[in-house]
Amino acid sequence: MVNLTINGQPVEVEEGTTILKAAESIDVEIPTLCHHEILKPFADCRVCVIEASVGGKSRIITACSNVVEEGMEVQTESEWTLRSRKVVISLLLSRWPNVPILKELAEQHGIDSPPFVFDNAEFEEDACVRCGRCVVVCSEVVGANAISFAGRGSDVEIMTPYGEESPDCIACGSCATVCPTGHIKVVDYRERELVHSDIQLGPNSPIHIPTMQAIPNAPFIDTESCIHFQTGGCKVCEIVCEPGAVNFDQVDEEHEFEVGSIVLATGFKQFDPTPMKQYGYGKHPNVITGLEFERMNCASGSTSGQILCADGKPPESLAILHCIGSRDKNYNEYCSRVCCMYALKFAHLVKDKTEAEVYDLYIDMRCPGKGYEEFYDRLLHEDIRFIRGKGAEVETVPLYEGEEGKLIVRVEDTLAGSIRRIPVDMVILCAALEPQADAKEFSRLFGVSTDKYGWMIEKHPKLAPVETASDGVFIAGCAQGPKDIPDTVAQGNAAAAMALQNINKGEVELEGFFAIVDDKLCSGCRVCNDLCPYGAIIFDEEKNVSRVEEALCKACGTCVSACPSSAITGTHFTDQQILAELEGVMS
Amino acid sequence: MSFEPRIVGFLCNWCSYTGADLAGTSRLEYLPNCRVIRVMCSGRVDPTFIIKAFAMGADGVLVSGCHPGDCHYIEGNYKTMRRIPLLRNILEQFGIDRDRLRLTFVSASEGELWAKIVNEFTERIKELGPLGMDKVANPTAEAEAEAVATGA
Repeated sequence: MVNLTINGQPVEVEEGTTILKAAESIDVEIPTLCHHEILKPFADCRVCVIEASVGGKSRIITACSNVVEEGMEVQTESEWTLRSRKVVISLLLSRWPNVPILKELAEQHGIDSPPFVFDNAEFEEDACVRCGRCVVVCSEVVGANAISFAGRGSDVEIMTPYGEESPDCIACGSCATVCPTGHIKVVDYRERELVHSDIQLGPNSPIHIPTMQAIPNAPFIDTESCIHFQTGGCKVCEIVCEPGAVNFDQVDEEHEFEVGSIVLATGFKQFDPTPMKQYGYGKHPNVITGLEFERMNCASGSTSGQILCADGKPPESLAILHCIGSRDKNYNEYCSRVCCMYALKFAHLVKDKTEAEVYDLYIDMRCPGKGYEEFYDRLLHEDIRFIRGKGAEVETVPLYEGEEGKLIVRVEDTLAGSIRRIPVDMVILCAALEPQADAKEFSRLFGVSTDKYGWMIEKHPKLAPVETASDGVFIAGCAQGPKDIPDTVAQGNAAAAMALQNINKGEVELEGFFAIVDDKLCSGCRVCNDLCPYGAIIFDEEKNVSRVEEALCKACGTCVSACPSSAITGTHFTDQQILAELEGVMS
Repeated sequence: MSFEPRIVGFLCNWCSYTGADLAGTSRLEYLPNCRVIRVMCSGRVDPTFIIKAFAMGADGVLVSGCHPGDCHYIEGNYKTMRRIPLLRNILEQFGIDRDRLRLTFVSASEGELWAKIVNEFTERIKELGPLGMDKVANPTAEAEAEAVATGA
């Protein structure tokens, strides 16, 4: 430990502590500019100068970069200190007179205006004050070395090599985070189309808790966006985490489990309405999908549950368009089943939360669940404009009064028998539920077939709704077809019960289908041995005959038809049975 | 009376039979000439069955299994894919047109494809005309029948 005094106050700190830290420990404030908690001190700005004397010899030094010494006497408010600091701040202010952080420092030190103005003074409020934080964070913390000081003396600038786009920049935004004046901004300069920028469905930080309901409810590091995993640097989270819970050495682990039952519940994906140009999704920021509306409406969403247009104002009118990409021969012919009900819910919530006029454009209102029709009936009395007709188009060219600056939904009102133009502020597209993009390949892994869309096919639509053609593989939820939450839960429970049935039984009941080898007829040619895809045919060396292991046999019959001496019989599909059947169909 | 071919279809339980089932439950209309025999796998179709079918008077035989790579029994349909061309060579030596035996792949979701295949195959067999192998294969039976009919 080292003993020193700060402004006459005795302090005891660990060896190697900076004077700034020592002062902080007894709440003595020393102004700083270039200093930053996570950066190593580099004493560039000189704002933190103090008077320090050891053995009666005084000097002016920077508090951020100098460490304490035994018997040191530090003066942070002495005349000499203040005079020195004032010179430093005056010079800074003369170069950048309008930067708020410098003006504040000047004010604290009684400097009313810059004593003189440099020829190369920069008057922007967010001017770069050359503090160097960004350079240090980029090289020492991030490890990307994308920006550095260029030029000399008062011509020094911070830039990428030759001021061009640097391939070393990983766009992490650390420089912008540490910049004290806001001079560095992270912008999307390639002008990507941003759809409703208020709605951010994705994670915004490499460290995050996946969802609010996540189990375990703990943050994890997304290695794809984490700076450390790109450059090997940073590790800022490790520094700031007091319990030391951050561990970069952990790697993704793969576990192999041997199981007897598998439930496939891979769900659905939402149809992307971008190809349906007539609705302008992706072009007009206020045309959003049901899922995006749901995110916005969520209390933990980006707008804290407020229903807002892209300009941040609540909509005065809003249209909900059913059947986008479903019940449509050009996209998906099936009905997505859940959209009518959630559209009704949206209409109800919009009425509840805003003053907006709500238009609900439907082909048919499909409310076939328990309590669903009653809900629809309730909404009929909630002053919602129901229009029977599929929304045909969303356009922005005003033709009539009141259409300026609005999205105009064109629809054939089939009950009124007229074409209508409805000006609204926001359009919600009830996009279809679709199978996962890789549903077909995924199902094939488990020997489960899919229909032409990619929904998994059950063993029997009525009698075996969660079983599949593969024993022990069950399906549940939207992987099997579009369905709502109650149906999904019911099917999930059923699939779990089917799986448990196998577990509890502890044994597998075989169906009576398998192949049998007749010892007397088998010549021991072993043709069948290699044919069996399950390795169920074992050759008995002693008796020189092949034998079928019944538990392994799946009864395909390939060996039966291949046996040259007709020694193998497939139960329930014997040659005699099939030939008798043949006789039957030919008679 | 126009010629109505008799066609025997050997369909695997998991893909083609289910696909044909789908054609039925989807109420698809297609020609009624194909009579279906269900086997667990197209690999179960013994070439003997096909020859027997022709011998019994079938004008065409359709064998249908899962798509390559999709076999419920991993590779049963590959075995069939090897057997059928060999069998066609033999049939040709007997004077039976190659086109009278066809191997197709129909998945459980392809009801429409199954209907299309049956229609196409039936049309092709109609073009080829009756095979009449039952008369060649069972002369004694016919002779006997004739004998019975004439009361000799």
